[in-house]
Amino acid sequence: MEWYNLTIDGCEVRVPKGTTVLEACRMNDIQIPTLCQDKELTPSGACRLCVVEIEGMRNLPPSCVTQVAQGMVVQTQNTKVRAARKVILELLVANHPLDCMTCQKMGNCSLAEYAYEYGATGEIYKGEKRDLPIDSGNPFILRDPNKCISCGKCIKACTEIQGRSILDFSFRGFDTQVGPAFNLPYNESDCVFCGSCVSVCPVGALTEKKMVGMGRSWEVSKVQTTCPFCGTGCNFDLNVKDGKVIGVTSNPDSPVNGKALCVKGRFGMDMIYSPTRLTTPLIRKDGVLVPAEWDEAIALVAAKFGQIKKESGPNAIAALSSAHCTNEENYLMQKFMRAVIGTNNVDHCART
Amino acid sequence: MAENKRILVCAGTGCASSGAHKLIDALKVELKKQGLEETVSIVGTGCQGFCEKGPTLVIEPEDILYTSVTPEDVAEIVATDIMKGERVERLLLVDQVTQKPVSTLSEIRFFAKQHRIVLKNCGVIDPQKIEEYTARDGYAGLQKVLKEMSPEEVLEEVKKSGLRGRGGAGFPTGLKWGFCRQTPSDKKYIICNADEGDPGAFMDRSVLEGDPHSVIEGMLIGAYAMGVDEGYVYCRAEYPLAIKHLEIAIRQAEEAGYLGNNILNSGFNFKLRVFAGAGAFVCGEETALMASIEGKRGMPRVRPPFPAVSGLWGKPTNINNVETWSNIPHILRNGAEWYAQFGTEKSKGTKIFALTGKVNNTGLVEVPMGTTLREIIFDIGDGIQNGKAFKAVQIGGPSGGCLPESMLDLEVDYDTLTKAGAMVGSGGLVIMDETTCMVDIARFFLNFSTKESCGKCTPCREGTKRMYEILDRITKGKGKAEDLDTLENLALTIKATSLCGLGQFAPSPILATLKYFRHEFEAHIFDHKCPAHACSALLSYTIDAEKCKGCGMCAKNCPATCITGEKKKPYVIKEEDCIKCGTCIEKCKFDAITRA
Amino acid sequence: MTNSINEIPNSKVMFVIGCNATEAHPIIGTKMMQALANGAKLIVADPRSIELAECSDLWMRLRPGTDIALINGIMNIILANGWEDRAFIEERTEDFEKLRENLQKYTPDVVSKITGVPVEQLEEAARIYATAESAQIFYTLGITEHVYGTDNVMSLANLALLTGNLGKECSGVNPLRGQNNVQGACDMGALPEVYPGYQKVANAEAQAKFEAAWGVPLDPTPGFMIPDMFEAAHSKDLRALYVLGEDPVMTDADANHVRKGLKALDFLVVQDIFLSETAKLADVVFPGASFAEKTGTFSNTERRVQMVNKAIEPIGNAKADWQILCELATAMGYPFEYQSPEEIMQEVAKLTPQYAGITHARLGTQGLQWPVPNAEHPGTKFLHEGNFNRGKGLFVAIDNQIPDELPDEMYPFLLSTGRKLSHYNVFTQHSEALETYAPEELAEVNPLDAKRLGFEEGERIKVTSRRGEVETKIRITPRVPLGLIYMTFHYTETPTNVLTNGAFDKVTKTYEYKVCGVQLSKLS
Repeated sequence: MEWYNLTIDGCEVRVPKGTTVLEACRMNDIQIPTLCQDKELTPSGACRLCVVEIEGMRNLPPSCVTQVAQGMVVQTQNTKVRAARKVILELLVANHPLDCMTCQKMGNCSLAEYAYEYGATGEIYKGEKRDLPIDSGNPFILRDPNKCISCGKCIKACTEIQGRSILDFSFRGFDTQVGPAFNLPYNESDCVFCGSCVSVCPVGALTEKKMVGMGRSWEVSKVQTTCPFCGTGCNFDLNVKDGKVIGVTSNPDSPVNGKALCVKGRFGMDMIYSPTRLTTPLIRKDGVLVPAEWDEAIALVAAKFGQIKKESGPNAIAALSSAHCTNEENYLMQKFMRAVIGTNNVDHCART
Repeated sequence: MAENKRILVCAGTGCASSGAHKLIDALKVELKKQGLEETVSIVGTGCQGFCEKGPTLVIEPEDILYTSVTPEDVAEIVATDIMKGERVERLLLVDQVTQKPVSTLSEIRFFAKQHRIVLKNCGVIDPQKIEEYTARDGYAGLQKVLKEMSPEEVLEEVKKSGLRGRGGAGFPTGLKWGFCRQTPSDKKYIICNADEGDPGAFMDRSVLEGDPHSVIEGMLIGAYAMGVDEGYVYCRAEYPLAIKHLEIAIRQAEEAGYLGNNILNSGFNFKLRVFAGAGAFVCGEETALMASIEGKRGMPRVRPPFPAVSGLWGKPTNINNVETWSNIPHILRNGAEWYAQFGTEKSKGTKIFALTGKVNNTGLVEVPMGTTLREIIFDIGDGIQNGKAFKAVQIGGPSGGCLPESMLDLEVDYDTLTKAGAMVGSGGLVIMDETTCMVDIARFFLNFSTKESCGKCTPCREGTKRMYEILDRITKGKGKAEDLDTLENLALTIKATSLCGLGQFAPSPILATLKYFRHEFEAHIFDHKCPAHACSALLSYTIDAEKCKGCGMCAKNCPATCITGEKKKPYVIKEEDCIKCGTCIEKCKFDAITRA
Repeated sequence: MTNSINEIPNSKVMFVIGCNATEAHPIIGTKMMQALANGAKLIVADPRSIELAECSDLWMRLRPGTDIALINGIMNIILANGWEDRAFIEERTEDFEKLRENLQKYTPDVVSKITGVPVEQLEEAARIYATAESAQIFYTLGITEHVYGTDNVMSLANLALLTGNLGKECSGVNPLRGQNNVQGACDMGALPEVYPGYQKVANAEAQAKFEAAWGVPLDPTPGFMIPDMFEAAHSKDLRALYVLGEDPVMTDADANHVRKGLKALDFLVVQDIFLSETAKLADVVFPGASFAEKTGTFSNTERRVQMVNKAIEPIGNAKADWQILCELATAMGYPFEYQSPEEIMQEVAKLTPQYAGITHARLGTQGLQWPVPNAEHPGTKFLHEGNFNRGKGLFVAIDNQIPDELPDEMYPFLLSTGRKLSHYNVFTQHSEALETYAPEELAEVNPLDAKRLGFEEGERIKVTSRRGEVETKIRITPRVPLGLIYMTFHYTETPTNVLTNGAFDKVTKTYEYKVCGVQLSKLS
């Protein structure tokens, strides 16, 4: 591998050829603000927040799409660079609703984070603001186009991760919008509600509808786990607040799926709290299933299995194990049948 | 007398819209009536360049130019000029300096000072007939190249000519071709950028309309030099005549064996097709243009990779604009040295400018690089309309800048203009006189950039809008003291951080006007005055009681009914209701109303 | 899968047969879409115009159940053109001559007549697949849910062996496993003939190993497979059934027969998180914990063993399934004294060669793909590099067969069943969000059939088979060919499996869910 030496903010660093200036900075713990960059997506260089100054280059190049060169001298924090970033943030904030107190994204909003760091209030460029209708006609995704900063990540996620291209830019200039073709609401488009767009949105333009009002990001703990539906084995984070799962968010480090999920994995976890959940053992008494204590239920089953085994032999008992349960549980089930009951009568829907 | 005469009627888009086709029909009828249809031929040509005075026609062989000709003039032209060899004086052009009519092209200063290479055939041949092009050495460059030269030699010749891209940035064409040639690939493309979008610029359209084969020949030579077998002409759909002529030309070239497989038995293949763009300004940017051809939304992408490495469909691609391509056949036909004799040290050849605004002669002007602005405006353009004073010239469209009178002796080339804060751009020259407000002009161009921004990058999408808002409030007298600093800071940031040329140069009209006309901005902000009396919100209209005869015409015509008075007594304008439309001034026969 | 999911975007050629990945395995579907964007070629064989068919380079609308003929026809063309991989056949396979001989009768014309696929398409499929630099086959239940599902699978294996598209990056035969842990349940020996790690119960060595580990004598006779269980219940040979997290009344074919079998039992125990249709028949119901309420591991279709991490306490009085099993075993006098699922996995690793190197700590956030033979082994991305489990790949000559029940005069429509994107089996109806989005069955009917029968879009109709009848709303769409109705089995209100045929594959005893005859009629 070919290595390049360059100077970033006065420090000598060494990175492989083909690295972008942004990556070189991040490898060396130099923080650069970005809004449109995502490691799963091809770079677009659109938000221009990651601009830096590079000796010998005219203008301020965006670090996310500028590749390092031998001997490059980069400034990432000087007055000129920070002033340019501040102007860009001021421009974005000037056209952004400032209803942060009720915004679902508060605490996890990249725009708010950088506006805070750079002191951008939006006052200086105060002028016309968008006033577009909110798209809430589906059960999964809430789309507030007024909060959109046109970073284009949702478009790329839809195209590059999901392979669908439901989203794109429409109109021009200040009137630019992002959405499905003909500006249709999500539920009238061909959207399949995978929610990849939500997973990459850096602001509150795309949020999980069911999570609105359920918890602030700092109140939520995230637990990585594996999806219980199909055999793909996607991972995601269960968002837990006060001992309750309030929703699902992508975990970018998921080995199989990265940020991608499908409608079931991302939006179907409210089944945990379905009113149809069983919450107590049931025993049939006089033909009707009635609630019972655990001890009673376990004792009853143990006795009944014991009796049948004694009367008719172990092969009069069988078990259907579960393709939904864990490996450990399946192991125990077959061990239970083989070692405790004494039969090989154990199967599961292995082939369906 | 009438033997072998040819009547060249301009049928370019400009003259066509002012009635050239009716004129041609009338000429045909009249010639037939006079029994001259065999001896006098009528040619519908491409743009003759003198759009201001259209429809125009030229009678050969004497090269007599008649302007603003209508079908009603036809009988007289045929009877007087064609049949008797005398001039129809009233249809001749009047020289604004001598105030005398001039008849032949060589006497007309608009033409006399030009040097036409690219426009050589425009307005002279019938663009729908390949034989008229070949009769004037058309495809001779291609024949020479295919028979006598290797691709490398062609490339060398173009490099030696010093030709630079005519699309605006002025990148050396030979060098650009070299990059594309060097990139190894199974497939390469060349593209002709005919997405001419600058307000007021129409040289590319005129070349395509009037001499489409020159573009095709240029592309063929380029394709040969770069090892390319497929090309596109990306032409905006708003140019239907250009597209039509181009498609006819492609068909004829295919039939004649200049396009297709094994061209002129050389083994060289080239396929060319026209792609009609939907007219987004940003599609003139090469990466957006390619996205558009690929069927995507026309938005620029970051470079590198440059098109020469990864362009259309990811293949190495070379893009040049119409004017660049149509220079190529002349260079190859006459040699690089011949071409390099024109122009300045670093900018060779000629450049076509679209001269518009408050100048007497508007139209297309082709001059050697290095010609001064003064020559273009005052000699070729014949000075400012209505004897008003020159104020500024806007060069390079919405990406260019306004230069004041002190810069008129600038010798126009890529480098001098950039240094002065403007740019050659596509070659639009908009002339402004003393009645033009420079803040308003900056606002006009910003409005254009705001509307045409593709919306991809933040500074251009959001910033141009805010610059426009600031300029708009200044022209309305609501400017704030800090606005100029805000504007300048914003303009510089947009310039430094935007993704493509559109954004990077969108602030140019502001930066140049701030540089040369800052006092006008200050007058708006601090004195609430528009020095050019152009910004309506800052004007006040008053009736001079001494001069007013009390005729009541002003009150009768005032759309806001804010003028009151009794007949034969001085009238009064109620200022708070006045909408500053200026109708009263136009209607007053006694010069009694003043605007200040 | 012999290959890995993240190899898919780099595929050169994908041959997708009987597999609706964008709906049934959506993330694998997205990887296929990414492959297409990267220039991969896609061949789809499916009676329905599924989304992948619409994006494909070649879509073969074969008649349901004619897969073997299709594959044989493609192989015939490959041999006729000399596109087979001679070196691979020579080095790594056996019985090639038997295959060749059998293929002779599957000429393009014959195959085209059987399958309804034009000869040109067969030739194109053969060319694309066989001449590719690398090619992957993907199949799902469209292949296996037939009475000759095993033979279907072996045909695909023949095709891969013939062209050497196996045992390499982006080259292999990839069944997409249906449920989240169906791979793991097999790995763990929840099958009547094998212990964990596919060690045969009939194998004395394996028996000895597990007897030593578990400290009890074990039975070397394989047990009942699912269809056997219901038959045995009917005949009273089976008296008690313990069902863990399954709902056979909804998901098994010929549901009425299943229901009767369950009713014939003396004792039915169901352990689930919802009161399923099966649980409603139980004598005792144990409330299990959902995946969010317990720790453990799932093994996905690419053999990746991944952590399930407990996020919340079980709802109400529910308990994790492993805890319930421990209590029950202990109550029956065989103490299961595991303190945690991690401890169970330690025992699994000791007894299961493929899992030998797996511990919860090692799985971390990225999981491991088995085989993981020891604690240092990094896992296995693709299988069969260099050699097969049995040594050489065996060609098996297979002939075309016909489904157990085809449409006839009484039941003139062919019913095919499967999943749809917005739901997963009989689970997701308990999600309010998904239920609002896709609240009811929408059986797919071809527009010409609908017109002939006078059906309107969205009309509720009656579907009847020899075994039962259901009502369903319909969606009129050319996605399905003439004469075919497509239904899912997600809804209790439309229990489609009342209709399906209980005939099954001779080896795996998988039901023929994909083909049976039904009659459609207007309500009232």
